[in-house]
Amino acid sequence: MNWLSDEAISRLQAASALPDFAGTRYRLVERVGSGGMGVVYLGEDTVLRRRVALKILDFPDASGELAARLLREAHILARLEHPGIVPVHDAGTLADGRVFYAMKFVEGRRLDHLDAGKDTLFDRLRIFQRICDTVAFAHARGVLHRDLKPENVMVGSFGEVLVMDWGVAKILGSNPENHSAGPRDENAAPAGDPSLAATLETAHGAVLGTIGYMSPEQARGEIENLDARSDVFSMGAILQYLLMNLVVIPARPLSAIARKAMATDREGRYISAIAMGQDIACYLDGRPVSAYPENTLRKIARWAFRYRVAIVLVLTYLVVRALLLLWFRR
Amino acid sequence: MNKVAYGLILGGILGIFDGLTSWFTPEVRSQLLTIVVGSTIKGIVAGVLIGFFARKVNSLPLGILFGLSVGLLLAFFVAHMQHGYYFEIMLPGGLVGLIVGYATQKYGSSGHSTPSRV
Repeated sequence: MNWLSDEAISRLQAASALPDFAGTRYRLVERVGSGGMGVVYLGEDTVLRRRVALKILDFPDASGELAARLLREAHILARLEHPGIVPVHDAGTLADGRVFYAMKFVEGRRLDHLDAGKDTLFDRLRIFQRICDTVAFAHARGVLHRDLKPENVMVGSFGEVLVMDWGVAKILGSNPENHSAGPRDENAAPAGDPSLAATLETAHGAVLGTIGYMSPEQARGEIENLDARSDVFSMGAILQYLLMNLVVIPARPLSAIARKAMATDREGRYISAIAMGQDIACYLDGRPVSAYPENTLRKIARWAFRYRVAIVLVLTYLVVRALLLLWFRR
Repeated sequence: MNKVAYGLILGGILGIFDGLTSWFTPEVRSQLLTIVVGSTIKGIVAGVLIGFFARKVNSLPLGILFGLSVGLLLAFFVAHMQHGYYFEIMLPGGLVGLIVGYATQKYGSSGHSTPSRV
């Protein structure tokens, strides 16, 4: 009798665990990762002959609630047509009953994999501005992301910035229980955390998000109190993350922007992602930042830095002119 | 800031300084105001011309050469009207043109419309 090797058995197990896309237009290529409630595979659209990312429900789902949530995530993505949000191409059900949706396959690197040596402060702030634009767009469409963090931002090969994983997004002005798109992901707030255990039992439902990036009101499970400022808090945490591991020490106005965004009292935060993005733009343009009051000396220093090239040119002229005057007088 | 505006402002500022340095020449000190106004106008005209050139031609050597030529030419006219001081007027004038030529090639937007950021 021939026995199967452990390796062969594990291969068979892996093969049997793969979703069966027979009867669909997609062909499975490889597993690329896992999200909030599903696994993401690289697939090929055999009709259009292009690569796609396929997100498939990967949890036992007797009630059908998770399937509904995955579909809801697809619906939310579909209503957010924006260059900073990965487009959904298709959604459906496999032969085994599992729900899936197909989206654009994004190649690039996650924001938490930025290179401290290569990615300058300017690069990081440009990326952050794109995130602000995208989140502001989602807010304008009445959608809160609720799990903004560096792991959920992809920077593409051509500089495109995409906010990913809208699995726990919330539609504003709707029943929070019905419209949160899914459970927290593997990095999200741990249910076993004693400080959060009580909130998990509240009438408002589960705590969704990631510790360190979620706002205090989100951590307390006050779902009905969440608004754009909750995502602004998470963006402040992302900005703080981007300001770390830099070759140069970030300027004080930038730290002030992050602090304002992460104010414990949400009244002290930026009112919107747009307002936060505008402060970043002001910093990049050498204009005053609302989060950082300046004294006269700092105003002069900022002005001098903003016009440093012109100042150097004028000084060069004056030096050369002085030398010419001395020469003429000889 | 577009290249023409950049050239105008820088040319104007350098023109002011150019005129003010005539204070160090006692023979013309009494005409200081006239000289400052004249050299400011000269700097502005040179700056605008050099700025337009920079918008059309994207070349640092050509920009510097054009700036130097315009600066020298305008200064020559001024010196010619003064019937003298050619060297004292043309050398700083050329220097202003050279600096503005360099600056407008290196800095300032071309002024053409660009697609908005997405």
